[in-house]
Amino acid sequence: MVTALKERTTMEATVPVQQINRQENILSINNLEIFYGENRAVNGISMEIEKNAVTALIGPSGCGKSTFLRSINRMNDLIPGAFAKGEIIYEGLNILAENINVVALRKEIGMVFQRPNPFPKSIYENITHALKFAGIKKKSQLDEIVEESLRKAALWDEVKDRLEKSAFSLSGGQQQRLCIARTIAMKPTVILLDEPSSALDPISNAKVEDLIVDLKKDYSIIIVTHNMQQASRISDKTAFFLNGDLIEYDHTEKIFTNPSVQKTEEYISGRFG
Amino acid sequence: MNSKTADRLATGVFITIAIMITAILAGLFFYIFVNGFKYISFDFLTTPSSNVRAGGGIRDQLFNSFYILLITMLITVPIGVGGGIYMAEYAKPGKITDLIRTCIEVLSSLPSIVIGMFGLLVFVNTTGWGYTILGGALALTVFNLPTMVRTTEDAIRAVPQDLKEASLALGITHWHTIKTVILPTAFPAILTGAILAAGRVFGEAAALLFTAGLSTPRLDYTNWNPFSEQSPLNIFRPAETLAVHIWSVNTQGLIPDVEAVSSGSAAVLVISVLIFNLAARWIGRIIHKRITATK
Ligand SMILES: Nc1ncnc2c1ncn2[C@@H]1O[C@H](COP(=O)(O)OP(=O)(O)OP(=O)(O)O)[C@@H](O)[C@H]1O
Ligand SMILES: [Mg+2]
Repeated sequence: MVTALKERTTMEATVPVQQINRQENILSINNLEIFYGENRAVNGISMEIEKNAVTALIGPSGCGKSTFLRSINRMNDLIPGAFAKGEIIYEGLNILAENINVVALRKEIGMVFQRPNPFPKSIYENITHALKFAGIKKKSQLDEIVEESLRKAALWDEVKDRLEKSAFSLSGGQQQRLCIARTIAMKPTVILLDEPSSALDPISNAKVEDLIVDLKKDYSIIIVTHNMQQASRISDKTAFFLNGDLIEYDHTEKIFTNPSVQKTEEYISGRFG
Repeated sequence: MNSKTADRLATGVFITIAIMITAILAGLFFYIFVNGFKYISFDFLTTPSSNVRAGGGIRDQLFNSFYILLITMLITVPIGVGGGIYMAEYAKPGKITDLIRTCIEVLSSLPSIVIGMFGLLVFVNTTGWGYTILGGALALTVFNLPTMVRTTEDAIRAVPQDLKEASLALGITHWHTIKTVILPTAFPAILTGAILAAGRVFGEAAALLFTAGLSTPRLDYTNWNPFSEQSPLNIFRPAETLAVHIWSVNTQGLIPDVEAVSSGSAAVLVISVLIFNLAARWIGRIIHKRITATK
């Protein structure tokens, strides 16, 4: 699929120049509906996700943020009875289509989960696990990627002397940074983060936030967060969800200073949710 | 009765039950050891058994027990683990899966004598092999497979969904995730299942009576050719195991020293099971440490 995706990218070169200069989008979501059996958790949302930007998803518990996020790398496929309608266009392809190679898709759209979930392996193997599967076998190259991704995740200095130790010997915050490191080691184009810092102490959290801002040079990031300060600090655009609807989606500054919808204003000022 | 008293009462009842179980187990061990230990000697372990005279040993029976165990596990573990993986990871919920699960449950609750009769029909008569180690091992496989499938399935289901998602989200295929993340995590529980199955093999007599038989040909332990008649490694020869031997000396009782042979054999059997258990757990722990990088 990777080459198929590349072909689509070259096709875009024929688009008129004015359009290229505008802010590019990495994902277009059109009328996306997601169901768990009979229940609809996401009610037909449409939005564009900007390339090399941080997009924050906010909203009260149960409003469908994780459901939406997990549909972008087809993680919902694992849940019996879950299905999606509508389109998510990535590099010209509808990734919800039946014939999409989800394994290849997930290499390009990586995900970090709410709870740190390192593998019961060594710190080193946590990062090389997927790299080896992707065909990188040379020790020197693996070493290099391990160091590079651990540095990016602000974890290198803490673990460089104990790479052979179990990942479970790390603190929760370190484990989460390890999970981020193993995701960026795969060099995806999009990174999905589902409340990545809810299990972190303030210092690790600050490190993760710096990391996210830093990562957007190379990646497009979508992050679910319950922390309004975090959303306003690190994101470029913010989407407010409520009961499966996309209520408002705009530049973060606009959302936090002058939202157009009453509900958004109420939510970010902490009057409900 | 307030909740505190209820709690204390429940704790008391559980402790009593635990003490009782431990006491019964300890008593049993004590009884077997006291009765049997004095008969165990180097000679007892290294001479073949005798059908009529006193002073027979259990050399062949001991070897047969371990050899049948090995062959059984070689068949049971791969098929059982494979079946467990299928049931936990691939079987779609539905009528057919339910049917398979019911079959497994029925199979695991069959009395072993019935499995022995089934083995006689299929592995002895239909195949025309007569009493063989392989026939015995296959009967024991029928007997152990359901438990092995079941424990593997449970062990895999107990692996946190988080871990599976983490691996899949990195663009790793389902099968590779099973091999490299799920199975290693489930390994200790699968190993426990395999050890329990092995214990049943050691102790099983009924399923072997009509499949591996009540006799052992004269064996030559220097003959390592598995196709030779006298080789202990030949899987197409009859083989009496220790548990079967205990049963047969007690029921047929032609030898004058029945008491000594059966008590000694019982003690050896128990000690073998213990040693096997501890060794398997110890090796399992080393393997698990290696794959999970825990020290
Ligand atoms: N596996 C599932 N099966 C059935 N329904 C589900 C499942 N996961 C989520 N839901 C339902 O979908 C709706 C949206 O859930 P979702 O997890 O997307 O919310 P969320 O916005 O991420 O909430 P939170 O902030 O608490 O994480 C909820 O009503 C929830 O009950
Ligand atoms: Mg969520």
